[in-house]
Amino acid sequence: MHRFANPTRFLRLADAILPWSIAATVLALAAGLVWALVFSPADYQQGDTVRIMYLHVPAAWMGLFAYTAMAVASAVALIWKHPLADLAAKASAPVGACFTFLCLVTGSLWGKPMWGTWWVWDARLTSMLILLFLYLGYMALQGAFDDPQRGQKAAAVLALVGFVNVPIIKFSVDWWNTLHQPASVVKMGGPAIDPAMLVPLLVMTIGFKAYYVTLLLLRIKAEVADAKIRALRLTEIHG
Amino acid sequence: MAAFLAIIRRDLRLALRQGSDSLMVVMFFVLTVVLFPFGVGPETGVLERIAAGVLWVTALLASMLSLDRLFQADYEDGSLDLITLSPVPLSLLVMGKVAAHWLTTGLPLLLAAPVLAVLLHLNQDGFLILIVAMLLGTPSLSLIGAVGAALVLGARRGGVLLSLLVLPLYIPILVFGVSAVDAAVMGFEVRAQLLVLSAFFLATLALCPWAASAALRQAVE
Repeated sequence: MHRFANPTRFLRLADAILPWSIAATVLALAAGLVWALVFSPADYQQGDTVRIMYLHVPAAWMGLFAYTAMAVASAVALIWKHPLADLAAKASAPVGACFTFLCLVTGSLWGKPMWGTWWVWDARLTSMLILLFLYLGYMALQGAFDDPQRGQKAAAVLALVGFVNVPIIKFSVDWWNTLHQPASVVKMGGPAIDPAMLVPLLVMTIGFKAYYVTLLLLRIKAEVADAKIRALRLTEIHG
Repeated sequence: MAAFLAIIRRDLRLALRQGSDSLMVVMFFVLTVVLFPFGVGPETGVLERIAAGVLWVTALLASMLSLDRLFQADYEDGSLDLITLSPVPLSLLVMGKVAAHWLTTGLPLLLAAPVLAVLLHLNQDGFLILIVAMLLGTPSLSLIGAVGAALVLGARRGGVLLSLLVLPLYIPILVFGVSAVDAAVMGFEVRAQLLVLSAFFLATLALCPWAASAALRQAVE
């Protein structure tokens, strides 16, 4: 892990991964979208609205995944003062917030025809909304200090505190009797979803994940470049 | 333990001598609750239905109102540097500060709540449970708030930011606090909600002083 604390070494690695992750994003999303929206079967009860699920579920998973990644990076940054972990956490936040927002919006669009309402105050929906607020609070706290280092550290502590919400979201459908359907893909006894729907869902998930990796690497590269520019400007002023 | 008590004694003395801070918190609580009958109309049925929720939400906002003073004064006059340098574990001292905060804000809210419950026509069956639920819930509010207060030290517009950080984390306590009172009013069993509130209290008691002291160390660095 400390090998990649060196930005130059990290950038070399990022440049090696980026073409692959971009290719994976384009291929998986193109294949997955066509498969999910055109070729996958319509649900016998929900009809074509089930196709919203192919966006909604990967977005929800990525919202949780990005927060987990952010919390892990924050912990690494706080414990080992790893400079790139700070940048990774910072880069992860807006991406994860967008996934969470996408999950809430698609869920709401699906809820209107299926449940007859845009929103219900059930445990899964509410805890997901709290996740969005945690992301927003994280980004607000990060930008609230004159010293960016200080903001980064305070935000890292917040990310770790907010992590308690992640297991709550995951198990909310088991602990409470919610309107939101319980887990059907990752559960004991194998997935309770037909392969004709499961496979395009997994392809979409791979596409979302590759997209996340691509954005994360690009954003970290941008942060490193930003730090370099700032250092150059400072030397120009003082030199 | 001596240091823990010393911190509580110091904060209580400061609160008593210099300030109307805790009085203002209670005044805010009373005034906000009194606004509701004007806002939703004075019908007994409506007020009775929303009483538990209104009391909890306003208590939440009132206890948040005083949070930005929790560490700010110590941060500005330098006592926080001395507190963090003390050989006593910082989380213990944070717990002392939180206890003092609860005694000066949570406890007055608890005392004011039954009076306001009468004004809102809360059903009599809910009174005892309201007090018990608030007794279990308000310390968690102070504990979670301490983490937020420690995080925003030195931030621009810390007060507004604090609400953004702390309110989402308050939601579980609000949910179970209100549902305990509602269950009692409707004649259901309330044991589960009270146990969950106790669990929140114990979990925040274990985790929040630790997180807050980590945040304080960053602030004074």
